[in-house]
Amino acid sequence: MDAAPKIRFRDAQIEMAHGAGGKASRRLVEGLFAPLLFGDRIETLGDAAHISINGTRIAITTDSFVVKPLRFPGGSIGELAVNGTVNDLAVSGARAEALVVTYVLEAGLPTEVLEAEVRAMGTAATDAGVVISGGDTKVVEHGKADGMYISTTGIGRVIPGISISAASVRPGDKVLISGPVGDHGITVLLARGELDLEGEICSDTRSVLPLIEAMARAAGPGIHWMRDPTRGGVATSLNELARDCGLGVWLFEDAVPVRDTVRGACELLGLDPLHIANEGQFLAVLDAEYADRALDALRNTPGGHAATLIGEIREQPSGAVLGATSYGGTRVIDMLVGDPLPRIC
Amino acid sequence: MKFVDEFRDAGVIHKAADEIRRLADLGRQYRFMEVCGGHTHAIYRFGLKDILPPNIDLVHGPGCPVCVLPMGRIDDGLSIAKGPNVIFTAFGDMMRVPGREGSPLEHKARGMDVRIVYSPSDALKLAQKNPDKHVLFFAIGFETTAPSTALTLMRAKALGVTNFSVFCNHVTIIPGIRAILDSPDMRIDAFIGPGHVSTVIGCRPYEWVARNEGKPIVVSGFEPVDVLQAVVMLLRQLKAGEAKVENQYKRVVPWEGNRAALKAMAEVFELRSYFEWRGMGFISQSALRIRDTYKDWDAEHRFAVPGVRVTDPKAAQCGEVLKGVLKPVQCKLFGKECTPERPVGALMVSSEGSCAAYYNYEHRKHETLTRIGAAV
Repeated sequence: MDAAPKIRFRDAQIEMAHGAGGKASRRLVEGLFAPLLFGDRIETLGDAAHISINGTRIAITTDSFVVKPLRFPGGSIGELAVNGTVNDLAVSGARAEALVVTYVLEAGLPTEVLEAEVRAMGTAATDAGVVISGGDTKVVEHGKADGMYISTTGIGRVIPGISISAASVRPGDKVLISGPVGDHGITVLLARGELDLEGEICSDTRSVLPLIEAMARAAGPGIHWMRDPTRGGVATSLNELARDCGLGVWLFEDAVPVRDTVRGACELLGLDPLHIANEGQFLAVLDAEYADRALDALRNTPGGHAATLIGEIREQPSGAVLGATSYGGTRVIDMLVGDPLPRIC
Repeated sequence: MKFVDEFRDAGVIHKAADEIRRLADLGRQYRFMEVCGGHTHAIYRFGLKDILPPNIDLVHGPGCPVCVLPMGRIDDGLSIAKGPNVIFTAFGDMMRVPGREGSPLEHKARGMDVRIVYSPSDALKLAQKNPDKHVLFFAIGFETTAPSTALTLMRAKALGVTNFSVFCNHVTIIPGIRAILDSPDMRIDAFIGPGHVSTVIGCRPYEWVARNEGKPIVVSGFEPVDVLQAVVMLLRQLKAGEAKVENQYKRVVPWEGNRAALKAMAEVFELRSYFEWRGMGFISQSALRIRDTYKDWDAEHRFAVPGVRVTDPKAAQCGEVLKGVLKPVQCKLFGKECTPERPVGALMVSSEGSCAAYYNYEHRKHETLTRIGAAV
């Protein structure tokens, strides 16, 4: 008989930090959900699960969206709900084929607001080449759901020629980012209007599938790992990588693309751009031989011109991310602790 | 980005580092205290320890307002917020500081209306928008933030906003430095003076440190170039056998301070005869209270405040770390019972707290280096 699952989650109550994508989220998933639900079938907590049905490899994922405000410069909850799930599949090496959607609506939500989001989802689905093939609607009392929450579940087909896992990451591999970091989190933060800060900045929400497909065509066998650095940002994703592969991730901090508006807001608010959420970027770890080919392919694809190499994998410090500056200082870059920002996706 | 990039320039940093190596006497150990938590954070964030020669030790000082706040004050503030229709507002760094029954964020998760504000004037606006609620602003900070609290109180009075009050925990930096210097364990050669505080109070209040205590002090900015330049200036003074106040942060800090800010503080606040600093005990004339002319906006006047006193856990050595006697990693709880996620002491909470800065940026690097027994 199997031993009883070992629950390691000891927090007395659920707090915002448990949903912020950082350490607390990981503790919840690994300490409570995994032992009770996944048994020992889980090796690493990726963006999507890959399962085999009658020999066909299928990727499946689900995501919920609770962003406040519902609309912000460059996007809205509807677009996020499509792109977020498409991207989770894409970075697991799969092309989204179909989504199903659940709406949790608050009584009193103006129809025009709902209609705008449904339209936004339709457009985003068309742009991403995915079909929305079903759904469910629930309505809760006024005051219970900030207007609307959306949840999407997607299935996808594994992109031929890509096989990614943290276990395939080797010392010498290069770390690549598809574009500037922190746009989404800072945009939503400013859009809430609570800060008396303004900036010319838009969310980066988009499907990253075309970029990943272009990269796969040029450098497929060299792609060892991918992740979309949403909540918790680049720092959290790279820490998960470091932990899962047991190697050291060296991040060349001066090479990380960050827009001045994002840097400025982060300087003012005491935030680290590496902890800020993105909704239209991905990180990839590539065999060094393939890195230039991948970069060329991305830069020649619309939306990929800002792709750049930001780091490399080394033996040490094992399981950690080290930031190195051009002047010779280094620091450990940790996962996000706590919740620096309001609900952003 | 202007005003940032030029102070993180690799060429300038290398030059400053060369100058430091040239000036530092190899046969001597230097202990410089950075008074301000902002400097502590910058030193770790930018990896400046890697650049300094090993015989220059940077010791972290008491200039982190969250860290010096005794736990009882947090409980007092939260007890007011437990009343009906109260919105508790504070800066973000207060939110995870533990009280006896949990931090403001934990109270929020249990239903208390707790909101992060980025300035006291946002709290006042919140009060104007919610006339049926009382908005409490939990004020912390040295002279850096006290003027904005003062201006907000002046505004509340002028506008006649009555559903707003301030629970005042503002402290003043000079008595803190004096307490460090009076401490028998004190072995500091010179001070890196606080940049932000000095934008308000100027450089003159530090003159006694140089004159009476014979310790050089350089008021410094927060970028890598600033901190390294301050170290250069301190080394030059020590080499020349001098002790004076110098201003490295001239682009922001006027020698005489900010008169308008000082005037607003004088209008609204007066010195408390004493105030408890966490880990350091009661320090006389080290904190501000709201004057009687503003008592209608003083939460300590308007509400019954229990006046909770909580002794820190015995094993926690926050006081020693705060005074620079111990390094964060030398505390028995560091990284074990006390981590940024589960802080025991406030030094582990604020990004400016030396324990949190050390843990976030150095700890694992240090562990790793020890484990592999070599420099990376």
